[in-house]
Amino acid sequence: MKQKTDKEKDLEYKWYPNIKYLIAGILFGIVFVKSEVVSWFRIQEMFRLQSFHMYGIIGSAVMTAMISIFLIKKFNIKTIYGEQIEFHPKKFNKGQIYGGLIFGLGWAITGACPGPLFAQIGTGATVVLVTLLSAIAGTWVYGYFKETLPH
Amino acid sequence: MIEFLKHPWPWYVAGPLIGLTVPFLLIIGNKSFGISSSLRHICASCIPGNIPFFKYDWKKEIWNLFFVFGIFLGGAIAINLLSNPNPIEVNPKLASELARYGITNYNNLVPEDIMNWQTLFTLKGFLIMVAGGFLVGFGTRYAGGCTSGHAIMGLSNLQLPSLIATICFMIGGFIMANFILPIILSL
Repeated sequence: MKQKTDKEKDLEYKWYPNIKYLIAGILFGIVFVKSEVVSWFRIQEMFRLQSFHMYGIIGSAVMTAMISIFLIKKFNIKTIYGEQIEFHPKKFNKGQIYGGLIFGLGWAITGACPGPLFAQIGTGATVVLVTLLSAIAGTWVYGYFKETLPH
Repeated sequence: MIEFLKHPWPWYVAGPLIGLTVPFLLIIGNKSFGISSSLRHICASCIPGNIPFFKYDWKKEIWNLFFVFGIFLGGAIAINLLSNPNPIEVNPKLASELARYGITNYNNLVPEDIMNWQTLFTLKGFLIMVAGGFLVGFGTRYAGGCTSGHAIMGLSNLQLPSLIATICFMIGGFIMANFILPIILSL
């Protein structure tokens, strides 16, 4: 990894460069709501194989991202700061199986993965705040028991 | 144009836009798309306890919290400015199944008949909102990511662990929606 310049280190701790992520989040949240990805009903349809909608969204999102990553690697596209774009390979552990199954169960009950929880609250479903707090609690409990869980 | 935006967006518009978030975040700041990590950063910043898993420099990851706060704002903007005046259209089979459990209100993205402040204090509401949320938070962190980090970012970067995680998400979801949720909904 290349040594960071002082300017870059400074930027990491300032809040205003983060505004661009806020804007990215806003656009993303609008797409989430308008495509009804954050709808509990659409998730129920998906898991009952009653609609192509969610499969179409996830499938085309993955294809678009895959082509983008291929192009970034092929043409060695840099960040707007001129940095090399880094990819973080994921290592297999059994957590992806156990945790994946547990998350799947939760996804189908709440009709939301973590991103949609934030969007649902934004749409005025204030009670979802409880679901979000509970998800934060779940994350905390995982952190507490991490060492004792099979990985 | 605004009329068009107000209708639900088809999958072939929304999917590629969601997919473009991946290169967008990489190019504007070398960030790997992932949302469930935000829950870990919230733990690390507010209630780290003395847990090694929450002892890290979360301020370096603060972009993620800006991003999810943006998702919240985006939800508010979409519902207030671009709101679809019609109820959500679902498969009639699903509608007739849900009607048996008393779910008939399609005016919101969440089923208001079962998710509201009153039902929260019933067993059914508790299982759906509190227990369900817990499984989402616990499971995503155990799996090392959620739909965004594994299914979209991981799969598009050809990561085998992400494929395994995604398959498990789907298996868990199928089991819940078809076998367990009907029992919870009939409570």
